[in-house]
Amino acid sequence: MTRHYSALNLIKEGLNNQLGWQPAFRSAKPKRSYDIVVIGGGGHGLATAYYLAKQHKISNVAVIERGWIGGGNTGRNTTVIRSNYFYPQSAALYELSLSLYEQLSRELNYNIMFSQRGMMVLAHSEAEMEIAARSVNAMQLNRVDAELLTRKEVHKLAPILNFSPKARFPIYGAVNQPRAGTARHDAVAWAYARAADHLGVDIIQNCEVLGFTRQGGKISGIATTQGEIDCERIGVAVAGSSSVLAELGGYQLPILTYSLQAFVSEPVKPIMNTIAFSPGAGTYFSQSDKGEIVFGGALDRIPSYAQRGNPPAQQSVIAGLLEMAPLLGQLRLLRQWAGAVDVTPDSSPIMGPSGVPGIYVNCGWGTGGFKAIPAGGTLFAHLLATDTHHPISQPFDVSRFKRGELIDEGAASGIAH
Amino acid sequence: MQIFKCPFCGTRNETEFRYTGQVGKLRPEPASQIEEGEWAKYVHFTENVRGPSREIWTHMTCGEVFFMTRDSQTMRVLATEALRRDTQ
Repeated sequence: MTRHYSALNLIKEGLNNQLGWQPAFRSAKPKRSYDIVVIGGGGHGLATAYYLAKQHKISNVAVIERGWIGGGNTGRNTTVIRSNYFYPQSAALYELSLSLYEQLSRELNYNIMFSQRGMMVLAHSEAEMEIAARSVNAMQLNRVDAELLTRKEVHKLAPILNFSPKARFPIYGAVNQPRAGTARHDAVAWAYARAADHLGVDIIQNCEVLGFTRQGGKISGIATTQGEIDCERIGVAVAGSSSVLAELGGYQLPILTYSLQAFVSEPVKPIMNTIAFSPGAGTYFSQSDKGEIVFGGALDRIPSYAQRGNPPAQQSVIAGLLEMAPLLGQLRLLRQWAGAVDVTPDSSPIMGPSGVPGIYVNCGWGTGGFKAIPAGGTLFAHLLATDTHHPISQPFDVSRFKRGELIDEGAASGIAH
Repeated sequence: MQIFKCPFCGTRNETEFRYTGQVGKLRPEPASQIEEGEWAKYVHFTENVRGPSREIWTHMTCGEVFFMTRDSQTMRVLATEALRRDTQ
């Protein structure tokens, strides 16, 4: 059976009618016990299992997924990867992630189609240009690649944007991060699943967690729809469902779950080779390799676990897109969907011990978890393997809310929620 | 488009309403003597219920605050009621 992906094996299998490929990963049945169980088979959970096996040599690990792997937010986002944050703590976190993404196709022997096409955050007034300059300075001080673009430079990169003198949000310039980009989101989940599986991790799908089991007052494992599983430590990486697991486990999180919608148009010839976000219009978009315009915007304003959006948010995001690039009004919408995202008061993630011994949480990524998958996996694996924070995840411990030491990227980076 | 029922104005478009908060979350008093963990819970932590959830909502058009019971998974509105009975 052919396992390694290479040009040579592609030719070999081409001559063999593609019959010799090994499935990318096994769909395992749960064993009675593991060292570590990771709940949530999205990007973060799968990456955590991979780094546990790879970096910490702990491969007696199971990933438990209620649906199918990558079927939640990992497969529902708009695939943008960037590290254009303001605070040093966030820059360290997202820059770690971006640098891991840059190596990921090679590391996992799987083409995740990471295309570093750059991302611009537009500025719509003189005052916004001053804030943009401040953002660029902050990013450069944090060793993140950033440049301040003039209106002319923005026009050169993305001539389809609205440069009309009558534009509701005139373009004065932009903060650009050239190393930002997009990747195939499903491929990230599949690549981590395949690599983790090869290192001995069990990936268990269609397995819902019903509760945590306790022995002598201590967490001893989980009860699932496929039976009880004993383990030493449990990592919970379930995004929008974090509060549901918290209720089962008896700990509390400062999280509200919202629907976040995304959209794709019918495919057209290449017209946009970068990513643009307009804080004024509240919409961002890019063009996929297939030619579709992929776009999104702010959260639906009502807390919800429904994995579908409501029309008022659709209208405002679509209106924003047409304001940003009026010629896109000719396109027909192909699909629209939503994911349930876990939003924290400061728009920064939560990672660390849950408060209940034996349970650790990785959540609160809100609208931006996809870009953080390699870092989330690395740091969560470190936490689960060593029971101590990695220096980069330390500031994101849930105790920051008690100390009032928030990392308010919602305000600092103008995140759209 | 979803239609919500304001106990004062009747059925109105969802865009006129705003989610305001969790029911029964009272400011711990006296605030100056509350331990920081308790205070953080009051300020930042929420129940975030999946399924039927009783919440405080504001009808921004008339400015009234009321209770709404809603299924957070199906988005179905189960009931709305005024905060005080004597206003109904």
